[in-house]
Amino acid sequence: MDKIFTIATTEFKRLFNSPLAWSVLAILQFILTLMFLIFLDAYIGEIQPATATMENPPGVTAIVLSPLYLWTGVIMLVIMPIMTMRLFAEERMNKTLTLLLSSPLSSTQIVLGKYLGILFFILLVIAMISLMPLALTIGTTLDWGVIFTSSLGLFLLLSSFAAAGLFISSLTSQPIIAAISSFGLLLFLVVLYLSGSSQNNSSEVFIYLSHFSHFLPFLDGVFDTSDLVYYALFIVGFLILSIRKLDNDRLLG
Amino acid sequence: MSNQALIQASALNRYYGKYHAVSDFNLTLHKGEVLGLLGPNGAGKSTTMQMLTGNISPSLGEIKINGVDLLDDPKKAKQSIGYLPEQPPVYRDMTANEFLKYCAALHDIPKDESQTAIDSAIERCGLGNVSNKLIANLSKGYQQRVGIAQAILHRPDVVILDEPTVGLDPIQITEIRALIRELGKDHSVILSTHILPEVQAVCDRVQIIKQGKTVFSDTFEQLEQRQSAPVLMVGFESAIDAKELSALAGVKNVQALGEERYRLSYEKSPVASDVFQLSVAKGWKLHELNQQTESLEQIFMNLIHNESVASENTAKEVTKEQVVENG
Repeated sequence: MDKIFTIATTEFKRLFNSPLAWSVLAILQFILTLMFLIFLDAYIGEIQPATATMENPPGVTAIVLSPLYLWTGVIMLVIMPIMTMRLFAEERMNKTLTLLLSSPLSSTQIVLGKYLGILFFILLVIAMISLMPLALTIGTTLDWGVIFTSSLGLFLLLSSFAAAGLFISSLTSQPIIAAISSFGLLLFLVVLYLSGSSQNNSSEVFIYLSHFSHFLPFLDGVFDTSDLVYYALFIVGFLILSIRKLDNDRLLG
Repeated sequence: MSNQALIQASALNRYYGKYHAVSDFNLTLHKGEVLGLLGPNGAGKSTTMQMLTGNISPSLGEIKINGVDLLDDPKKAKQSIGYLPEQPPVYRDMTANEFLKYCAALHDIPKDESQTAIDSAIERCGLGNVSNKLIANLSKGYQQRVGIAQAILHRPDVVILDEPTVGLDPIQITEIRALIRELGKDHSVILSTHILPEVQAVCDRVQIIKQGKTVFSDTFEQLEQRQSAPVLMVGFESAIDAKELSALAGVKNVQALGEERYRLSYEKSPVASDVFQLSVAKGWKLHELNQQTESLEQIFMNLIHNESVASENTAKEVTKEQVVENG
């Protein structure tokens, strides 16, 4: 357990040794803040006056913050593969994976350590996004329950991206190939959702398989354990595959 | 425990697909021994070392490190090994100090001892001046030293170094060799190389591998005794009677090379003085008297070539393994 944590903290620190993590965080924050501003502007200028006379008007949380979390999920679809591509592929390319493989570590410890390192990064991203709702507390009251479930949903969604990216990174020694393949896989799941929810040929199975369909209820403040189970299965499945892949490398590599 | 071999590898076999990279390889390493693994490119040295360090599993065979089976209890076995692969496995975006701290944690060195361990490794590898520089900014030689520091940090019983002097300049090579000799005092070392003088300079024992098979395994004295009969070259200014030469005691064979030069192979040593006395007695004008012994390099070449004559597809197999290694 100690060693998992050691690997995780080192991986997390090393992310910030290169400009990659810094630029990703900066660009992400810039774009999302701009969107936040646009949503807020639209809410104050148009939606609030139009719905003011309604009996139960939609609040600022539903109109401004839910789309913000949704968009974060969409943008991270592109960013997560870039963050996970280096985990194994880059180490293979630079032949540094030997260090971990010849240390007294099991494949499980290596995989979990690397995964935990990425989870730290995801928590950082979510913490930075949460600054925006916090800024709203100056002028209004917020639905903290919805913000909590949205953050939790976003965390689960991004963790599932990371698990898939980690596995694909373990398959190859070319970081770029890892990034493109992970992006392809994640996008494929989105396409499943789109095709499943299209009007002509909707399919429950496709919708169920797609990770976005399990994310949307969280944004409405609905916490359903079946969604939680979906993410848990998705993450554990890919982690086990990665561990198996590392073990297999010793036999066939 | 003291008599037990530190590494006992028996009947190791490794296949890459259909290609048989290492076959029936045996290796025993005792405490305080420096063993050289010698072989041409693609002989299976790196594969063997990767197997000994648990980076890849042997297809067949057993490896015991300090009495612990590497396949049954890899974590415990790996604690006794320090490994420097061909390319030092260093994170270029960390400083040498940070990197060694990370390695210390990975190797179960307790927190309060880790700084002492790091300091001593840095001192032994001569990294004092550069320990706070990014590894990416260090020269190849210093990166190699960081790699060695990483391998000896946790004071393993066995240090395994894969071609540690490749790509270094002559001064760095001498320094690294001195370091390896010093390591040999308190660790056992396995060193792989294709450079013979390197093995000669630092190793107690040598194991020569050819196409995944051991062709020789013993000390240097034994290797030297492998040489064929010594040879004496003689040359005269005018024609002589070659029969007189072959009549000398100890001479086995006289071969005429033309222009009154002869090649004498002999068994006992004082032949040179006999030839000299004979020429004085006969009034021959001797102008060349040259004792030739086979160098270790020639013995090495003989060993390698004798084995390879047997199979026709040698060349093909070697290139195949190089492809595997590069991939």
